[in-house]
Amino acid sequence: MIRVQLPAHLRTLARVDGEVKVEVAGPATQKSVLDALETAYPMLRGTIRDQVTHERRAFLRFFACEEDISFESPDAPLPEAVAEGTEVLMIVGAMAGGQAADKGPSASLASSTARST
Amino acid sequence: MSGVRVLVGTRKGAFIMTSDGKRSKWDITGPHFGGWEIYHLKGSPAEPNRLYASQSSSWFGQVIQRSKDGGKSWEAVGNKFAYDGPTGTHLWYDGTPHPWEFARVWHLEPSLTDPDTVYAGVEDAALFRSTDAGQSWEELSGLRTHSSASGWQPGAGGMCLHTILLDPSHPDRIFIAISAAGAFKSDDAGKTWRPINRGLRSEQIPNPTAEVGHCVHRIAMHRSRPGVLYMQKHWDVMRSDDAGESWREVSGNLPTDFGFPIDVHAHEPETIYVVPIKSDSEHYLPDGKLRVYRSRTGGNEWEALTNGLPQQHCYVNVLRDAMAVDSLDPCGVYFGTTGGQVYASANGGDSWAPIVRDLPSVVSVEVQTLS
Repeated sequence: MIRVQLPAHLRTLARVDGEVKVEVAGPATQKSVLDALETAYPMLRGTIRDQVTHERRAFLRFFACEEDISFESPDAPLPEAVAEGTEVLMIVGAMAGGQAADKGPSASLASSTARST
Repeated sequence: MSGVRVLVGTRKGAFIMTSDGKRSKWDITGPHFGGWEIYHLKGSPAEPNRLYASQSSSWFGQVIQRSKDGGKSWEAVGNKFAYDGPTGTHLWYDGTPHPWEFARVWHLEPSLTDPDTVYAGVEDAALFRSTDAGQSWEELSGLRTHSSASGWQPGAGGMCLHTILLDPSHPDRIFIAISAAGAFKSDDAGKTWRPINRGLRSEQIPNPTAEVGHCVHRIAMHRSRPGVLYMQKHWDVMRSDDAGESWREVSGNLPTDFGFPIDVHAHEPETIYVVPIKSDSEHYLPDGKLRVYRSRTGGNEWEALTNGLPQQHCYVNVLRDAMAVDSLDPCGVYFGTTGGQVYASANGGDSWAPIVRDLPSVVSVEVQTLS
């Protein structure tokens, strides 16, 4: 059982409280966990990774075992502690402040390192 | 007893406001989808309790929500907006080719007759359609693959398809508008398209009378007379009497003809409303006064409507999708501001009162007349 922590807005969208737990058949990787997550919660499709390219959305990061694993291959094994369910795979939104003149937060992302807010 | 339901999209959620036919006391629910940008929500004319909402975020992308009970409950439906085939390029702000990239849904237009069919106008400009109540979306790619598309360029807010008008007397006729490509028309249910910008003049582009490249902000029609169209262009208020084949300016005595929304009185096809904005570099009201302008002559002769609206120190904007009319008698007119106020007039604009004053910045306002 893989434990996943979603950002607050995605917990609301998926109608869940706290951590989400998903079963993964085969090796636990970013891809297999996201596949399982989107199967269990179809409303999350497209909100974490692009539905066509499967690229991670630019303002989201993946943390595990106090490491930023966002740039690991989607097919790379997740840390053993995540695969065993003793550690959480954290999906976090970039911290941002303010807003561009007309649309979106991109002009004022506070940091290139995503942090849970 | 009849009543109205006002659907308001804001930068931080959606709000739903209901009232009886007097339109003086309001029940307000929300924020729905708090913290998300709600560019637009609209109800089906064929089934009023069927609502669709565009929910988006720079972090989490696009979500489409559907309600079957008038907004009491919602469910997320399909949000895969994949362009059909090779995407090609349009022009970027600096004039270089830029690949088509989906950003968000700006406008949702439910079918006039089928509650399961809904159109979506998106950025980068394209038109999508769902025939299964929003579960899946198919691009009507004849628009994006029009021969002029490689020369389209975004307006300041992005290259958005923001207006979709379905012709009630010609079921296969659709009008759309794109900032800053202009207006287009299809007579075959969206398969093929042609520009309808003859008569527009835009000094901001190299050829002011070009076939495409005009920053059309909004188009409106009256159901009883769909061949007459009214347009708020970047600058200029325009009118067409031949279903968009040609346009003439009807700005007349407006204090400024820059603005975003335009709408038509429910029972008087020659009565139209605009909100003049000082300029395209200032984007706020002239003289600090919130004035809706009404023409009862289909343009050219305009009167300021100010009763109940702030007439000093007011520097808000009213965005293109943030005005609507109901079909009660007398006709109700509604608009929302970037300052978070939503105003209603229950007498065609003669007097106004705020429904609410302190919402997040308002992006869109729609109204449903309920029996």
